[in-house]
Amino acid sequence: MLGLDKRDTLLLIIVSVLAILGPFILNPFPSNSALAQFNAGYPDLMQRFVIFGILAIGFNILFGLTGYLSFGHAAFLGVGSYSAVWMFKLLSMNILPAIILAVVVAAVFSVVIGYISLRRSGIYFSILTLAFAQMSYNLAYSVLTPITNGETGLQVYTDDPQYLMGPNSSTVTNLFGLEMRTTHSLDLGGWEFHFNVGYYFCVVMLLLTFYLSVRIFRSPFGLMLKAIKTNQTRLNYTGINTRPYALTAFVISGAYAGLAGGLLAAMDPLAGPERMQWTASGEVVIMTILGGAGTLIGPVLGAGAIKYLENIFSKINENVLQDWFSFLPHDVQEVVVWIFARFTGEGWHLTLGLMFMLVIIFLPGGLVEGSQRIMRLVGIGKAKGKSSGQGEDDEHHPKATPHVAE
Amino acid sequence: MSIIKPTRRGLLKTGALAGAGLAMPTILRAAGYTNEPTGGTVTFGFNVPQTGPYAEEGKDELRAYQLAVEHLNGEGDGGALNTFSSKALKGNGVLGKKVAYVSGDTQTKSDAARASAKSMIEKDGAIMITGGSSSGVAVAVQGLCQEAGVIFMAGLTHSNDTTGKDKKANGFRHFFNAYMSGAALAPVLEKAYGKDRRAYHLTADYTWGWTQQESIQAATEAIGWKTVNNVLTPLATTDFSSYIAPVLNSGADVLILNHYGGNMVNSLTNAVQFGLRDKMVNGKQFEIVVPLYSELMAKGAGKNIEGVFGSTNWSWKLQDAGTKAFVQSFGTKYGFPPSNAAQTAYAQALLYADAAERAGTFNPCGIVEALEGDGSSLPDINSAANTGYLFDGLGNGPTLYRKPDHQCFKDVLVMKGKENPDNEYDALEIVEITPVKQVWYEPDNPMFAGGELGKCNPGSA
Repeated sequence: MLGLDKRDTLLLIIVSVLAILGPFILNPFPSNSALAQFNAGYPDLMQRFVIFGILAIGFNILFGLTGYLSFGHAAFLGVGSYSAVWMFKLLSMNILPAIILAVVVAAVFSVVIGYISLRRSGIYFSILTLAFAQMSYNLAYSVLTPITNGETGLQVYTDDPQYLMGPNSSTVTNLFGLEMRTTHSLDLGGWEFHFNVGYYFCVVMLLLTFYLSVRIFRSPFGLMLKAIKTNQTRLNYTGINTRPYALTAFVISGAYAGLAGGLLAAMDPLAGPERMQWTASGEVVIMTILGGAGTLIGPVLGAGAIKYLENIFSKINENVLQDWFSFLPHDVQEVVVWIFARFTGEGWHLTLGLMFMLVIIFLPGGLVEGSQRIMRLVGIGKAKGKSSGQGEDDEHHPKATPHVAE
Repeated sequence: MSIIKPTRRGLLKTGALAGAGLAMPTILRAAGYTNEPTGGTVTFGFNVPQTGPYAEEGKDELRAYQLAVEHLNGEGDGGALNTFSSKALKGNGVLGKKVAYVSGDTQTKSDAARASAKSMIEKDGAIMITGGSSSGVAVAVQGLCQEAGVIFMAGLTHSNDTTGKDKKANGFRHFFNAYMSGAALAPVLEKAYGKDRRAYHLTADYTWGWTQQESIQAATEAIGWKTVNNVLTPLATTDFSSYIAPVLNSGADVLILNHYGGNMVNSLTNAVQFGLRDKMVNGKQFEIVVPLYSELMAKGAGKNIEGVFGSTNWSWKLQDAGTKAFVQSFGTKYGFPPSNAAQTAYAQALLYADAAERAGTFNPCGIVEALEGDGSSLPDINSAANTGYLFDGLGNGPTLYRKPDHQCFKDVLVMKGKENPDNEYDALEIVEITPVKQVWYEPDNPMFAGGELGKCNPGSA
C-alpha cells in the first residue's frame, strides 16, 4: 500500500491507530480515582507528544541514517516557531501560512548551518551545530529583540496588523475557521476523554511525516545515507561526493524541526527563546537515543517517554507523595516520601537520567529493542528487528560507526 | 507485532469503529464556562517558579497561597479574613465549595509556565490561575488565560506592560508597577542625593527591565538627573563584573540596578566588590539605587545593601491591622515573616475568592464584573479613571482595583537597606510611605498605552 511493503504498511497502520486512539490510550484511569494523576490524555500534552514525535522523527533522519549527531536542532524548532508567530501577527490566525513559512524558513536556515557544519564530521560537526544553536539562542534572547521580543517571548497582540483578518475572523489559531483549541469531552462512566481538533491536526501531520520518513528510509537515497554512516571514507575513495547527500538529510531534518516549531506555535501562539537553548537540543538527542536511534518508531516513543516524565512525573510533589504514603507510620512515611521526592517533582530529571543510563547500558537499541526482547521472551513472533528498519540480517552488514565515535 | 495480520475486512472494521467513536455525539459537560466546578470542591492553580533566578520568591508565594487556602476553608486563625473590609467570605470555602489547589513550576520561563498553566486548566480543571515571579511569565500566562477563559490573578509582576500594553480583561494585578516605583523613589532620591547627578543603568533584558528602566529614567530626569548610559544584561547572567567595570570610567556617580531576585543579589555584590560605593566621583559620594526591592533579595545581598534605596509593595513592618493579622498567621505557620511577594499572592487569592462570593458565580465574566467594582473610588484623586472596587484590610491600606486597566492603586513604600540589622529578616527599613495620590497615573499614560483590555472571556466547556 502507498508504495510500502507489507511490514512498513503494518507499522504505519499501528502508528495511525495508536495516534487516533490516543485520547483513550492516554487516559486509562477514571478521572476520580487516585491514579488519575498518571493520566496524560489532556489536549496540551497530547499535542506535545505528537509534535515532539515529529521533531524526533526528523532528527532521526539525520542521526539515525547518516550518524551525524546534531546538537543544534532546537534552533530550527525555534526559528519555525518565530516564523509562525510572525505570520499570525502579519496575516491572520490561520495556521496554514504559518506552518508553511515555518518549514521554509527552517529549511533555508538549515541549508546555511548545514553547509558550514558539514565541512567537518564527528565531534567537530556536533560542536559546530551546538555553537550555531547557542548563537541563535543569544540572538533571539537579546540582540534581535525587535524580531523576537527577547525573554518575554513573541506574542500576538490585538493591535498587530493582521492584514488578512476580516471582521468576523477567529482570534484564536484556526484552519480556515476550524479552531485548534476546540475540544469535545466525552464522559463514559468514570472516564473522561478529550478529543481536541489541534491534536488531530498534529496527528495528520505526524502520519504524513512518518510516511515520508519511511519512504526515505527505504529509498536509494536512504541507502546512500546509511552508507555514509557505515563508512564515509570508503564512499569518498570510490569517488562519491557524500556531502550533498548529508546536506540534503540535514535540510530535511531541519525542515521537520521547523514543522514541529510551527505546530507548537499553531497550538499556542507564543515563541520564546528558551526553545532554542542547548538543553532543548540535547533533549531531542536523548529522545532519539532513548527510543532507539535508526529505528522508525523509536524516536516517537522516546519523545513520548520524555514528555510524559516532564509533565506528569514533575507534578508529583511532596504533598501528593504524603497522600500516597499516609498509611505508613509517621516516621517511616517521612523517610519514604523524602526518598521518592528526589525522583519525582523537581527531581524528575534524575529519573530521566537513570532511565537513560539503564537504556544505554542494557538496551543500546533503545525502547524499541526493549519491546522486541520482551516479545521474543514471551514467544510472540520469532521476528527480530521487524520495526527497526535495520533489515533482517544485521550480522552480515558491516557495523555502523556513528561519526561521533571517530 | 507480527501476530497482527491485517486483512482488508479487519482494517475496514477498525476504521469504521474508530470513525464511529469519533463521530459519536459528544456529551458536553453542562457548563457555560471553562472548568465550571460541579463537585464539592473548586480548584485554584498556583503557578510559581520553583527553579530559576526567581525561585526564592516563588516558593514564598506558594507558602502564602497555601495559607490563603487554609483560611478560605476555615482552618487556621483566619488571618486577614478578619480584617478584610469585604465580609462576603465566611471561612466555609468559596460559594460553599471547599478550595483545593494544584501547583506547578514555571521555571521562570514563558514556555514552561504556559505548559504548566495549560495542564492545570486542561487536566486539573483549575478555575483560576495565579502566580508568576517574572513579568515575562506573567504576561505570557495572562495571554493564555484570556484565550482559555479563566481568570488570571497576577502574582509578583512589576512591569508596566502587565496592565499596560499587554493588559487583558481576564487578568488582574494587585502588585505595584515600575511607574509607581519611579514616582515614589524620585523625591526621596532628590532629597538624599541632590538634583545634579549622573546615572548609569544596568537593566535586566526583558519586559520588566525595559519598563522599569524607562520609568526610573523618566522620574530621575524629571528631578534634573542626567542619564549616562543604559546597558541591558541577559536574565540568566550570574557574573556582572564585565558590566560593572565600564561604570567606573563613565563619569557616572549613581548606579541604578534594574535587576531583581538572584540577578540583583549578584550585580550588587559585584558592584560593592569593585569598591564603587567607596568612590568619589564629580566631587560626590558614589551611590547605588535598586528600584525594586524584596526582603528575600535583601537577605541574599547581606551587608551590601546597607544604605541602598529601593521601593516595595508592602512590608511586614507596617502597623495596620491587615498586615498584623497576615504576618501573625504566616509567622505562626512557617516561623519567619512573609516577603512582599507572599503578601501580594495571599491578597490575590483572597480577592479572587471574595469576588466569586460577591458575584455568586465562578464565571470569569461575573468575577471581572465584581472586581471592576461598583464605582467606588479613592478619595482626593480627581480623575474619570478613579473608579473600581475599593477595599481595605489586606495590608496596604485603602486600595482600589481600577476598572479601566485592572491595576491596584495603593500606597507605595520607599525602603532603605538598614545599617546593623537585628536579624536577617530585618535588613530593610521603611523610609517613607508614599501616598497613592503621588503614584497615580492615567490609563492613557504613554508608558501604559498601546493595549486594550478587550472583553472578558468565559471560555467554554
